Amino acid sequence: MSITIFVPCDSAAIAAGADEVVDAIHKEAAARGLAIDVQRNSSRGLFWLEPLVEVLTAQGRVAYGPVAFEDVPSLFEADFLRGAQHPLCLGLTEAIPYLAKQQRLTFARMGVTRPLSLDDYAAHGGWVGLKNALAMQGDAVVQTLLDSGLRGRGGAAFPAGIKWRTVRATTAAQKYVVCNADEGDSGTFSDRMTMEGDPYMLIEGMAIAGLAVGATQGYIYIRSEYPHAISSMNTAVALAESAGYLGSNVLGSGQAFHLHVRKAAGSYVCGEETAMLESIEGKRGLVRAKPPLPALQGLFGQPTVINNVITLASVPIIMAKGAAFYKDFGMGRSTGTLPFQITGNILQGGLVERAFGLTLRELLFEFGGGSRSGRPIKAVQVGGPLGAYVPESQWDVPMDYEAYAAMGAVVGHGGIVVHDDSANMSKLARYAMEFCAIESCGKCTPCRIGSTRGVETIDRIVTAANKEQQVHLLRDLCDTMLHGSLCAMGGMTPYPVLSALNHYPADFGLAPAVAPAT
Amino acid sequence: MDSTQALPEQALIDQLVQHHAGQAGSLLPLLHDIQDKLGFIPASSVASIAEGLNLSRAEVHGVITYYHYFRSTAPGKHVIQVCRAEACQSCGGEALWDLAEKLLGCKAHENSANGMFSLEPVYCLGLCASSPAVQIGEKLHARVNETKFTRLVQALESAS
Repeated sequence: MSITIFVPCDSAAIAAGADEVVDAIHKEAAARGLAIDVQRNSSRGLFWLEPLVEVLTAQGRVAYGPVAFEDVPSLFEADFLRGAQHPLCLGLTEAIPYLAKQQRLTFARMGVTRPLSLDDYAAHGGWVGLKNALAMQGDAVVQTLLDSGLRGRGGAAFPAGIKWRTVRATTAAQKYVVCNADEGDSGTFSDRMTMEGDPYMLIEGMAIAGLAVGATQGYIYIRSEYPHAISSMNTAVALAESAGYLGSNVLGSGQAFHLHVRKAAGSYVCGEETAMLESIEGKRGLVRAKPPLPALQGLFGQPTVINNVITLASVPIIMAKGAAFYKDFGMGRSTGTLPFQITGNILQGGLVERAFGLTLRELLFEFGGGSRSGRPIKAVQVGGPLGAYVPESQWDVPMDYEAYAAMGAVVGHGGIVVHDDSANMSKLARYAMEFCAIESCGKCTPCRIGSTRGVETIDRIVTAANKEQQVHLLRDLCDTMLHGSLCAMGGMTPYPVLSALNHYPADFGLAPAVAPAT
Repeated sequence: MDSTQALPEQALIDQLVQHHAGQAGSLLPLLHDIQDKLGFIPASSVASIAEGLNLSRAEVHGVITYYHYFRSTAPGKHVIQVCRAEACQSCGGEALWDLAEKLLGCKAHENSANGMFSLEPVYCLGLCASSPAVQIGEKLHARVNETKFTRLVQALESAS
């Protein structure tokens, strides 16, 4: 009987050499005349251990990592096919503390199943939510989502159920469901992992959304920087369609839901929902003024549900296990779990799905194990390029939407970028303005012009003699961008800039008194 | 030889335009198809795209130049994308960028003098827990330090 070996096909595993490891395993097994079955599973999200090779044993899956192709002969020599000891052996995968301490609801199948296998998906709880939803009235589905308290995981944290209710209540010949998969934030990859590693979960969530609001067409807008995710979603949509989960008669219900994958083209601001709609319509990604809300006049002017990948991917488990089950996780108005992504200068970078309410310190040290460089951690940017830099004094604040908003920060999409003490915060503040200048769609003045003036002003704060005046100018400019921009691009660039200025004045050549924390 | 090559190119573009015409929001998918086939979107194709999709030439030109991913000039043999976003910066991404400019002898959005390489900044490849990240052609590379980057570039140079 052949022995089953798992090597992930996630792009982070491939980038670390997973394909070469697979080749080496086949070669070594052939040379030794051993029968093996190498399966390409999704990634567990323990990226410092990638490529993470698992072997199926009577006790469960035994993990080895990080495995380089050069390590493969010695693994065979040590009899890893029986889960034997080896310097790279990590024991039973499920018992690795990083994984064992998580609460994986949305990411329950991650690393366990083969991404494109319909059998694997169905065997691990797939399609239960869709079947339940088909047995309910649309109003009841929307009510379940409202009761779960699920809020938009893309960053804005708007209650998903309210969007759905609005679209459902609107009468139109054609409605749409659009999945925002333009995951452009540095420090995030949970959308990418979902699309590459568990694409049917997203398809199921979108199909439920379509049935609930009466939309027969759906679009997934995926960034061009994610070729593996695009290819995986394209294949998954085709397979789901031929199996009857999508198409003109979803699971024999008589209801239609068609899904299309759209490739973006490298514009960060197209992650803003109205710019994304323009892009899908074939135009430049210019932000639209709101109102009208996309729920009333969205794609091609029709009522449109727009949700992020993780929001839609959270729907199947809510429909499968009920609103109360999901709501039981989390704290306050931040219900459920969030896949936090610990990245940057961190020893154990990866994905940690936990209920809201844990602290940044737990993520940085209990999971992350401190900085990768071994130097002290200086600043942590939470929530992507438009999120604030969080200093150590705030690392014990529980991570929930309200607590973070109260201190002028955002949880956003759950991306966490760690910088050690070699980071220069004035440079990072300057970069935030520079990035805004590169990516601004140009429609509104505070963002288009303000970002360039911001770069210049930060340069002058660092180099000029009249620092106080320049700081005053920068604060004034940030105030204009914050309140005068059309969308979050210009409106939130002040978050990283001002948090850097307020918490790390020395990096700007300022005495602490010059920059009072606000 | 140039004149015989120009003809199939135009024929290909016309064929792709026909394939996409009449579908909702088809401009981006069409531009992707052209760039996938030719490596870039020739300026000469703008008129036929505009006519085929019933758009103005200004609209087509506007879309091509708005999106960072679309290019109007031919790329080098290997497109090297180096991530310049925060998670890569925190692990030496900027030093890696400087090295790339030096090794390839070109700046952002330029081709190397021998036409071997194009250097492109990219803002996140989604490999932030294994930074710094680089993409060469279709292939992703994680935890790229300066030695590894030099080795990758040298391997491509000696393979040609």
